[in-house]
Amino acid sequence: MSDDLEDLYQDIILDHNRRPRNYREMVDSSHNAEGVNPLCGDEITVYLKLLDDKIEDISFKGQGCAISQASASLMTEIIKGLGLPEMRTQSDILQKLLSAEEDNPNALFEYGNLAALSGVRKFPARIKCASLAWHALEAALKGKTSITTEDD
Amino acid sequence: MPATPFEVEVVRRDFPILATQVRDKKLCYLDNAASTQKPRAVIDRLQEFYSRENANIHRGVHHLGELATDAYHDARKTVAKFLNAKSDKQVIFTRGTTESINLVAASWGRANLQKGDQILLTAMEHHANIVPWQLIAEQTGAVIKIIPTNDRAELDLDTYDQLLGERTRILAVCHISNSLGTLNPIKEIIAKAKAMGAITLVDGAQGAPHLGADVQDLNCDFYAFSGHKIYGPTGIGILYGNQEIMENMPPYQGGGDMIQRVSFEKTTYKGLPERFEAGTPNIAGAAGLAAAIKYLDQFNRSDIKAHESEVLEYALGQLGDIDGITLYTQAAARTGVASFNLNGVHAHDIATILDREGVAVRAGNHCTQPLMKTLGVPATARASFAIYNTKEEVDTLVASIIKARQLFL
Repeated sequence: MSDDLEDLYQDIILDHNRRPRNYREMVDSSHNAEGVNPLCGDEITVYLKLLDDKIEDISFKGQGCAISQASASLMTEIIKGLGLPEMRTQSDILQKLLSAEEDNPNALFEYGNLAALSGVRKFPARIKCASLAWHALEAALKGKTSITTEDD
Repeated sequence: MPATPFEVEVVRRDFPILATQVRDKKLCYLDNAASTQKPRAVIDRLQEFYSRENANIHRGVHHLGELATDAYHDARKTVAKFLNAKSDKQVIFTRGTTESINLVAASWGRANLQKGDQILLTAMEHHANIVPWQLIAEQTGAVIKIIPTNDRAELDLDTYDQLLGERTRILAVCHISNSLGTLNPIKEIIAKAKAMGAITLVDGAQGAPHLGADVQDLNCDFYAFSGHKIYGPTGIGILYGNQEIMENMPPYQGGGDMIQRVSFEKTTYKGLPERFEAGTPNIAGAAGLAAAIKYLDQFNRSDIKAHESEVLEYALGQLGDIDGITLYTQAAARTGVASFNLNGVHAHDIATILDREGVAVRAGNHCTQPLMKTLGVPATARASFAIYNTKEEVDTLVASIIKARQLFL
């Protein structure tokens, strides 16, 4: 197996794909939005409970490739309990990781589990998979009900 | 001229790209239903046209204008012969299958469809043979009816018989399903539609490259296909049409080359085929497509079919033996495509892992979202074959899929 593939499908990614965290519909969410990647058919709905600008609860549901599932699962784990500014910091970190602005190994270490997605940058066609849940999250916060990756 | 004996290793040498490497791996190109590779004969023809014959057509009295016009006309004759059309006037150059179908839907549809008229499609159509009909149905009040498929993804012909009625104005059906490889009994279903007074259109994007098409034998009113899926260039396609129907169809696009006389009071249009070819066409593309057809025509069609069938059946057998695989290509009559999923591994992940082994396949809904809904899956992985594919490449595909499964275990 090539190194690139091992970077892409790290154990953390495979684990989150196999056992996605916070994978459930939230009937009493304050915000939710569906993210769709029409090119590959991935569909993920992100549910939020926002209280005083803090993410009290977050969950997701949907289907897609290992990268989109794992990214959504990691996202829910990382931002649950964060305030909106801290959540945005995490979102910026992901963008940096995916766009290869950050490849200092020590910096990657500081980013915790999110750094597991840094392998995606070598697979340009898969970057949309990794950012799908985050786009859905942003859409939900803006009060939109759906977003597609082909809008950007 | 006697046919060239079909030997796949010789054929492979005619396609320069097949010798390239993907990273450090040998290219194993199995995405032919999306687009085929080009033989040297096509690449050379494009270069020759632009090097020695390039000018606009139907305009210049000069030497190059004549050469370009001749190349374009000759290409039309080559396509007409390939399709066994009665006249080359029946062959319209378009940008591809999509534009060909849009032309019929917009031009014939707007002039002929009325509220309550029925457009009959099948559950396995590509979006290109769905959306143009939805657009015209919205404008005219016509209704779209769908011929369903059985559990082997073959057309349900009993339901077809029930759906076919006096209000059926057009049947538009794919020759071969691009997602699954199902080969439809189009001759039989065309005959039934015509007996009810409907006109018929065949989406031949997959059919033309694998089977060719004898439009007189099929007795269809329209047959559409794309150059780039039959070893020719992108941006060129064909609409074959029934002459009488097309002569009564209004123009699709207006512009130069399609008019007889223009004034601000009244404009008159040319006859076939120019009426449907507004503006400067893809002249080099037409010449390239003709070169692709001539390349194919050097072989016996039956030799090509036998080779392609052998590779596909081998692939379906080998894939079927992999633990955890689901094959969606199940029709008794099938051509060119093996569509599958691997339990626990999304098609998109399979395609990425295969790519690292040099294997090019398509993953996704293949522009057939309604069909995927019928199958109950969001996506499949699809290996699609062409004249130059080999059993060894199938072995590479299978070994790569097993690697993917191990990674995800």
